[in-house]
Amino acid sequence: MLLRDGRHGPVIHDLTPAAARHGLAGGMGISDARTLLPSVQVEPATLEADQAELVRLARWALRWCPWTRADGADGLLLDTTGSDHLWGGEAAMLAAMVSAFARIGLSVRAAAAPTLGAAWALARYGAVSPVICAPDALSQTLADLPVVALRLDEETVSLLHRLGLKTVDALQAVSRTALVRRFRERAPDEANPARRLDQTLGRVAEPLMPEMPPPAPRALRQLVEPIVDVDSVSQVLAELLKDLTAEMERRGQGARRLRLTGYRVDGGTASVETAAARANRDPDHLARLFRDRLEGLDAGFGFEVMTLDALVLEEMEALQWDLSGGDSGDLDLTRLIDRLTARLGRDAVLRPVETASHIPERASRFRPADLEAGEVPRPKGPAKPRPVRLLRPPEAADVLYAVPDGPPARLVWRRQTHRVVRSEGPERIAPEWWRERSTTRLRDYYRVEDAEGRRYWIYREGLPGDGRGGAPRWFVHGLDA
Amino acid sequence: MSVTLLPIRRVSEPFSKGGAAPRLVPPPLAKSAQLAEVFAQSRDMGATGFTLAQVPPGRPIVWVLDRMAAQQAGWPYGPGLRGFGVDPDRLVLVCARRAADVLWSMEEALACRSLGAVIGEIWGMPKALDFTVTKRLAIRAERSGVPCFLIRYAAEETLSAARRRWRVTTLASAPHPFDPRAPGAPRWRTTLFRARDTRPGAWEASYERQAHRLDFSAAVSDPVLAEEPARQQVWG
Repeated sequence: MLLRDGRHGPVIHDLTPAAARHGLAGGMGISDARTLLPSVQVEPATLEADQAELVRLARWALRWCPWTRADGADGLLLDTTGSDHLWGGEAAMLAAMVSAFARIGLSVRAAAAPTLGAAWALARYGAVSPVICAPDALSQTLADLPVVALRLDEETVSLLHRLGLKTVDALQAVSRTALVRRFRERAPDEANPARRLDQTLGRVAEPLMPEMPPPAPRALRQLVEPIVDVDSVSQVLAELLKDLTAEMERRGQGARRLRLTGYRVDGGTASVETAAARANRDPDHLARLFRDRLEGLDAGFGFEVMTLDALVLEEMEALQWDLSGGDSGDLDLTRLIDRLTARLGRDAVLRPVETASHIPERASRFRPADLEAGEVPRPKGPAKPRPVRLLRPPEAADVLYAVPDGPPARLVWRRQTHRVVRSEGPERIAPEWWRERSTTRLRDYYRVEDAEGRRYWIYREGLPGDGRGGAPRWFVHGLDA
Repeated sequence: MSVTLLPIRRVSEPFSKGGAAPRLVPPPLAKSAQLAEVFAQSRDMGATGFTLAQVPPGRPIVWVLDRMAAQQAGWPYGPGLRGFGVDPDRLVLVCARRAADVLWSMEEALACRSLGAVIGEIWGMPKALDFTVTKRLAIRAERSGVPCFLIRYAAEETLSAARRRWRVTTLASAPHPFDPRAPGAPRWRTTLFRARDTRPGAWEASYERQAHRLDFSAAVSDPVLAEEPARQQVWG
């Protein structure tokens, strides 16, 4: 049994069929219920969570038709016009719905009817479930239902009861003129039986408004004169941004991706997009991201309409950058990345990302800096000496040994010969066989220093006679400070 | 294998009273953030190490380089940067195609006060890099308090507004503690050939990794170097 707070203390919100058999009913006080059934188990009702769950279910029900919404505290409304045949007719569709809800542990009462009101009434007050009501049988099917099935509020229902009108049939028997005149003062639909009757019987249209997320914000400017030059476009852009950022601020959102579209006089459009690393709604910053791209807009004979769409939105807290509320001239690092990316492209603004690998060029790679950095496990063990700079890709070189297979004595790289004075190695790095071809050769890395103190990180690829190719080759892979 | 130790003396060491006339060497590193230009030879990464040794640790770094510098001198390599106290996770690397874009990116980056340093690398002598641009970089670096380093490869020392202009080449490394045949800690010959607020000079620099500190010692051994820093020009 679930409880909610009533006017005089907690009352029963809902109860199990077993409890109902002992004479308990919704709306009864808790002390009365305990008197009738002392062993009753009581839990507080979570109305808000129920409501949220219902909205979630309404979204889930989009699998059957494109228009769904949660109705009141315990109902879902689906406008299946035009979609029932996809499920093999209304009967098959209702059966599919009932079984689908049963699978997630919910028992439902389903009804399909020509009008929204009739379906509501049959689902809640109909004798059987699921039930399908044909359009011509609407009036007869509803005749026996109580007036409360017409979605009227309590006060109106009790008024109708006092008037002796207990069923829909009785209400229909009253002359329409009298009914309309008696209730003409009552504005809301749930207080007006005449209007509710019209809606339920389909004499007045009652469309179902689906609960959809609000469309992405868009700003639009109709221009008096067609504009061609970049200056005018950037002026319009500034105004569009002002509108759009105001709308985003109202929603508490920021844009990650924006598209500016110009509608040309001669038919056709031109658009340009830009992206930010973090959700943003600062008009100046966003205008800056567009600045270098406006030249790319082909205005033709001029734009007469311009729109600005936020393509990707993210929730964003209202941020105050400093205490005075003004711009201190300081620039956030993410904004800097945005600006650089907007001008130079995503491939140019990079962040090193380390990967769990022993192959040097794979251990640290570059990704666009505007992507969020993820945690990467690093190879364990003591840090090996590594050069500060890495040649990508490694460059072939020639190496002479003083003694066979000894340390390198002379390095020929980029057509210059360097006498190797000191060297350390080898550090052997085996190929990653799970990732590479079987012919990949191992590498023996040496740190060498030439007579002038320049330091190179070189490696020999393969061993003589390892069966994976000819003589081992040498490469310069890194330069050290 | 023989290791010659040069007669060197630490700058920070107090001079003995009765000794010979001390060669007064002012501390060559700037106390406040400014633009420094570092000239390097193409296959000599001493400039990289010298620059990284001056970057204050623990803050993000923006490193801008043009395509030629990336190809010829190599890409900054995260695991190796750790050896200079740089956290690669806080590095933003910008590889621009043109020198003008490198300079533009550096200017933009200098607006960001949370950075530890802005490093730029330019190969050759592009037209975009003129006195005006360096002046702008210098002013921006001083205004934002972010040190800015401009590393130049294969370049002549033309007019520049950099507050300090260095020439850095590698020297034979320090002896390795365990292996006499292995390269040890790096040492660089650093020549400050033009400075705005201090006397030019030549030093031998080494990097103290644990303390993240550059140690300078006066390089007196080489007479050619000793007479080199003759000109000093102060830019208004």
